[in-house]
Amino acid sequence: MLHTLAEPLLAVRGLTRRFGSLVAVSEVSLDLLAGECHAVIGPNGAGKSTLMGMIAGEIVPDAGTVLLGGEDIGRLSVAARARRGVGRTFQITELCSEFSVRQNVLLAVQTRFASPFHFLRRADRLSRLAAHVDAALVAAGLIDRAEHPAAILSHGEQRQLELAVVLACRPRVLLLDEPAAGLGLSETEELANRLAALKGRIAMLLVEHDMDTVFRLADRITVLAEGRVIASGSAEDIRADRAVREAYLGEMVDA
Amino acid sequence: MPTGLRRNRQHTLHRFRIWLFLSPNGAPFRSCPMYPTLLLEQTLNGFTLGVMLFLLAAGLTLIFGVMDVINLAHGSLYMAGAFASAAITARTGSFAAGLLAGVVVGAAFALLLELALIRRLYTRAHLDQVLATFAVILIANETVKILFGPQPIFAAPPRSLSGSVELLPGVLYPAYRLAIIAAGLLAALFLWWLIGRTRLGMLIRAGTTHRQMVQALGVNIKALFAIVFAIGGALAGLAGAMAAPILAVQVGMGEQILILAFVVVVIGGLGSVRGAFLAALLVGLTDTMSRALLPWLMRDLLPPAAADQVAANLSSVAVYLLMAVVLALRPRGLFPAHG
Amino acid sequence: MAEAAAPAPRVRPDGILALGGVCLLAVAPPVLEALQADYLLPTLTRMLAYGLAAAALDLVLGYGGLVSFGHSAFLGTGAYVAAALLHHANRGTPVVAWPFVVSGTSEALIILPAAAAVAGILAILIGAISLRTRGVHFIMITLAFAQMVYFLVLAVPEYGGTDGLMLPGPWRVGGFPVQSDAPRYWFAFVLVLLFMLVAQRAIQARYGLALRGARQNERRLLALGYPVFAIRLLAFTLSGACTGVAGALLADVAMFVSPDLLSWQRSGELIIMVVLGGQGTLIGPLIGAFVLLALEEELSAVTEHWMLVLGPILLLCVLLFRRGIWGMVSRAAYSG
Repeated sequence: MLHTLAEPLLAVRGLTRRFGSLVAVSEVSLDLLAGECHAVIGPNGAGKSTLMGMIAGEIVPDAGTVLLGGEDIGRLSVAARARRGVGRTFQITELCSEFSVRQNVLLAVQTRFASPFHFLRRADRLSRLAAHVDAALVAAGLIDRAEHPAAILSHGEQRQLELAVVLACRPRVLLLDEPAAGLGLSETEELANRLAALKGRIAMLLVEHDMDTVFRLADRITVLAEGRVIASGSAEDIRADRAVREAYLGEMVDA
Repeated sequence: MPTGLRRNRQHTLHRFRIWLFLSPNGAPFRSCPMYPTLLLEQTLNGFTLGVMLFLLAAGLTLIFGVMDVINLAHGSLYMAGAFASAAITARTGSFAAGLLAGVVVGAAFALLLELALIRRLYTRAHLDQVLATFAVILIANETVKILFGPQPIFAAPPRSLSGSVELLPGVLYPAYRLAIIAAGLLAALFLWWLIGRTRLGMLIRAGTTHRQMVQALGVNIKALFAIVFAIGGALAGLAGAMAAPILAVQVGMGEQILILAFVVVVIGGLGSVRGAFLAALLVGLTDTMSRALLPWLMRDLLPPAAADQVAANLSSVAVYLLMAVVLALRPRGLFPAHG
Repeated sequence: MAEAAAPAPRVRPDGILALGGVCLLAVAPPVLEALQADYLLPTLTRMLAYGLAAAALDLVLGYGGLVSFGHSAFLGTGAYVAAALLHHANRGTPVVAWPFVVSGTSEALIILPAAAAVAGILAILIGAISLRTRGVHFIMITLAFAQMVYFLVLAVPEYGGTDGLMLPGPWRVGGFPVQSDAPRYWFAFVLVLLFMLVAQRAIQARYGLALRGARQNERRLLALGYPVFAIRLLAFTLSGACTGVAGALLADVAMFVSPDLLSWQRSGELIIMVVLGGQGTLIGPLIGAFVLLALEEELSAVTEHWMLVLGPILLLCVLLFRRGIWGMVSRAAYSG
């Protein structure tokens, strides 16, 4: 395949994590190329969330590491990884719920310009930041809701806002942890459109249960089961793969 | 001045040598706190303080572990137990009746507190819990001041335990303090049985680690919380009742020991009764040992009267230093209960 | 708020109210003199000092979401630094003889920065350990460290132990001795005003946005790359330093320091002031300090058992009026 020749933007190498006697993730390796959408799927309890947590830095792996653009980021904190360009949306939306929509985006935009240790000028009056905030709000379709507290937005709007917040940081790599969870049909469709528009510009690692979304967006799919990679390849490869059908459908195959 | 200083330094060095090479039968060294018989005595003193702290810390850590509540008024339960026991003992002349009164008052007060106030605070921020229970302290302290006056009360140990026991030839130790240690160990054993071997204990353990799941299982969570609170109150009341004969029973006694109990809980790991037990003994020993050693070491540096005062206050710091060191190494304490 | 872009009115009623309060405080000394009530001026200065401490605590408690139960450590440290400098200046002995000599001084423009620095350094040490923990843990640890500082100060025989220490005389500001109550009040007033203006700005600046954001959702802030620990440690340090300044002011107005300033009850009272006035409002804690101290003063004049009245009042506030005084005022101003 073509893209195996290119240098991966994000490289996961042998990540392993045990919880007690349970091996949640076992020696998982995968690559994410620039501009690519790489989906990770698998039944519940396959270790997808643990894997995402280890890539983002929230969970410390027992073994293995993560490379971003060739740099080993496996021992860095969550914040340090984020500063190097790892953006993340969560399975359950994480926003500053008392802040307005605008403030949430502002919080993200200001990370791009300078350290947060500025004390004397009102952040919301900095015109350099405001232009970027407005642009991000328009792009997310949330400009009409800009002054509302994030808490009163609908679930779908909060999802949208979280994505806008993460994108406002201009991440190099976007980790999407079940972005369609809890969304209705039309909202999922809209989300898929948004993500499709990002393809080619931002590398995305997508964990998702909604298979329509996965097969529509993913350039490549990796299947996890019981913490291991059981298959990896293009959408067609995966559809045809016997081990995958076994893992999902529990088909017993005679030895 | 310089000659005196030099002499002092040599003196200190000399004592340090003695400290290192303990002489088992050297009479001149009997003033050294590390002299074996004194060491035994100090260790037992440390255990006495340790089991008292454990009785308080066990309740605190359970209440925190199961309900995620910080209860500053836990010290007030201890004070209530002490006053109830002192008053009943004085009236009936029976220490056993006093002890029982302490336990019952502690449990009843705790139950009342839970039903009337704490129950409304489970879902609130920790700040609200701090403030509300702080208000309870103010009310409890003032009420006790009205009922018993601001002067400390002194209670006597029961006559049967008022003597001393000869632990080793020539080494006497107050029987009552030994009884406290025994009672504390019994309470620890009881808790171990309760938490490890009963259905209630199973729910408590489950509540500490998987709060939502216990609720989802349809357990009457309100009753569970009230029972845990009452158990904590009974233990605090017991501690207060046992402390009455060896400490001054006075307003504010609860807060002094409460802060030490917090230190125990923090060192042991929030929610862990086992951690609380080990940490309580550790804190008790650290406190008594530093109290025994520091004045002795300081006497070389300062005039005796000042040395004792300075050392007494500095040795109070030892426990907090211990906490700082433990936290610097293990921010979640020695035996954290939550994953 | 259907039209989201509608700009907020430039002058809000609560802003006017706050400004009115500031003006009232500014003219307090001549007014009290005219009313022949200038004996109240030291009390008012004390209220300002406590207000400064409470507002400083609000930085970590209201904006940072960190319930510090150990702020008495900083209050007492500031007070004792001031007392020690004045005490040694009077005796002509050094405060510290080793490893370098620090001599005493009666100059407030040195004393206050010194109080801020020592309290700030203490706050860095305490914060570095306790900020690694959360929630109940944090509350207990800050409380315990404050208790440790309490015993440390008690252990210095030079400063009077439990009896406390009388200050030899008032300090000087820029070389001029502050002898009477009015200049002392002005001095405290200017400091509090300065703090309020700077803190208000910092809260709305990029730093404040990050600090408030971290209170609401630490996980999100980390995922955005914010150094949350450093942000909080800085808030804790600045708060400790400003509380130290408040302590120095208290020492000067009372001409006396005692370990009581370091006791855990003082920490509790500071929290009460913040919540009573309205957490996360800066002005609220100042009001809270005035109200609580006035309440204490009035109640203790009526009954010896005034805590029995204060306790239930506090309980009611916690259970029913969680926004605090200023919180309710500004809410009314918003909707009305």
